[in-house]
Amino acid sequence: MDSIIKLENIIKRYYIGQPNELEILHGISLEVKKGEFVSIVGPSGSGKSTLMNVIGALDKPTSGIYHLDGIDVGNAEDNELSDIRNLKIGFVFQTYNLISKTTALSNVELPMLYAGIPRAKRRERAKELLAMVEMDERAKHLPEELSGGQKQRVAIARAMANDPAIILADEPTGALDTKTGRLVMDIFHRLNEEQKKTIVLITHSPELATETERIVTIRDGVLYE
Amino acid sequence: MLLAENISLAIKSLISNKMRALLTMLGIIIGIAAVIAILTVGNSLTKTVSDTMQQVGANDVYIMVTERSDSEKVDESKKSSVDGVQYGILKKSSTMRDEDYITSDMISDMCDELGEDIYAVNITHSLGDVSLSYNGKSASSSVRGASVGYFVTNEVEILAGSMFSVNDFSQEKNTALIPEAVAKELFGDDISEATGKQIEFSTKTENAVITVLGVYEAKSAGNGMMTMTAMKNSIIMPLRSAMNIDRSKGQYSYFQVIAKEGSDPIELSEKIKEFYRPYYRNNERFRVAVITYDSLLDMLYQLLNTITTAISIIAAIALLVGGIGVMNIMLVSVTERTREIGTRKALGAKNSSIRAQFLVEAMIICLIGGIIGVIFGIAGGVFASHLMGYPASPSIPGIIIALLFSMSIGLIFGYLPANKAAKMNPIDALRYE
Repeated sequence: MDSIIKLENIIKRYYIGQPNELEILHGISLEVKKGEFVSIVGPSGSGKSTLMNVIGALDKPTSGIYHLDGIDVGNAEDNELSDIRNLKIGFVFQTYNLISKTTALSNVELPMLYAGIPRAKRRERAKELLAMVEMDERAKHLPEELSGGQKQRVAIARAMANDPAIILADEPTGALDTKTGRLVMDIFHRLNEEQKKTIVLITHSPELATETERIVTIRDGVLYE
Repeated sequence: MLLAENISLAIKSLISNKMRALLTMLGIIIGIAAVIAILTVGNSLTKTVSDTMQQVGANDVYIMVTERSDSEKVDESKKSSVDGVQYGILKKSSTMRDEDYITSDMISDMCDELGEDIYAVNITHSLGDVSLSYNGKSASSSVRGASVGYFVTNEVEILAGSMFSVNDFSQEKNTALIPEAVAKELFGDDISEATGKQIEFSTKTENAVITVLGVYEAKSAGNGMMTMTAMKNSIIMPLRSAMNIDRSKGQYSYFQVIAKEGSDPIELSEKIKEFYRPYYRNNERFRVAVITYDSLLDMLYQLLNTITTAISIIAAIALLVGGIGVMNIMLVSVTERTREIGTRKALGAKNSSIRAQFLVEAMIICLIGGIIGVIFGIAGGVFASHLMGYPASPSIPGIIIALLFSMSIGLIFGYLPANKAAKMNPIDALRYE
């Protein structure tokens, strides 16, 4: 199978050239195949967030090679990184990060808006996605009128908007109770099984990680499998 | 493509912060309202004046004795374009001594010297308010002596009787044309009764008897600014006859010259000014001012410009303060929405999209402020124009420019906050609490 994510010897340093120069990632290599459900587990301070930022094209590695769906992310310009995030990555955050004062439907439409998809098409696709996460009845609701679990389901629908190569979920159940957390995890499993979506789950909880087919552990900036 | 979305986003954001938006707009509203109000007043004034100008002869030149201003006492060569005219001087000034007046001799000398440019000279001499009586009936009016030239600039229609003949002037007859209103008061509705009748009249100091030659109606009485409305309804006598009554010595503080067809009234006014300069060279208090309609117009425009400049400066300050207010509130808004900006960037918004979003928001604030300002400005301008007695006419290009200008304030003062939002690091923005 083709690999979707290919990290080779990724090093990330901060405060380069200054006395307090800090190396967070010490040469990480990771390959994720298409359709895989991988969890990256690590305690806080392990470099987990930094690795997520690199994989999510929010940050560029200091050195090393990163290919996402065949695109050289490591050498991309700012605008190209925006396009990569827009079209290739679907983010799901612990804090949902829905845009307030904007309906659930408009939130799902947002990535398609930035992709330049015409209004009617956006709307149609957003409705389908909300139906997929069983939120179609609340399409016109504002985020502040939704419960945590409902918000996260809208966020997952939004992540799927441009049919991305990977879904990058950062502690997606971290702010939810066990029951709603379960519901959210079920949606990820369904996406993985039914739509063969590649999912990268980042969590500090080894328990949650055991649900996934592959667990990668990060400790002090080094990966262990 | 994103514009419509950005506009609706901006309006939503404004609606959710109504009070804040309104306070932010205040500076813009005041600035734009001031600009529009002054434009409306200026436009109304200019229109009215140019309409009036079309009715009156552009060939008229006014000559008047005017008091020197303090600065002129030192240096007469400095000529202000408005010529320091004070309209109070139109009335006989009690502080004027005999040697300060223009004499009949000076006028006839002037006519000899500049005869080829002068078509007529309009001199009037007022006897002031008078009480009239005829056959037991009484009325009040004013009496003025006028030279033949008066009838060149002031069109009168004879309703009954006849116009003055040359003899009336040369023989200094006590004949008169009376206005319709006075005729009705003394002779009843049949104004033809008035013709040939003798009326007694008395001024403060003199009494006289005049023979009514005709009844007239003033068609146009020269320039509204130069001829008081009272003059339109006064009894007219030959100039010399009127001067005989109060034993006037032939001294004038004001008269009018009509330039010949084909002569340049401005050139003529310069010549007249030169003509009188020697007579007043050693006069420390008075001099002769010569004005044409062009210079009157100039004076009016200059006045208007001064007012416009003053208000424009105030408006510019208000707009500057308003712009800074918009910038301030946009900076607050950008900081408040840091996480939103981070999220948008994570979802694929380019820096330019974020910048556009906040620029559009700043411009919408300013545009709405501008529209409110235009409404207040038109209301204020119309009100002020009515107070001054002019029909109001708002300046349409002025309104369009004001709205474009307020949007450009949004663009200028919104750029810094919008750029701050655009340049945010998505990682830091997402983590912002």
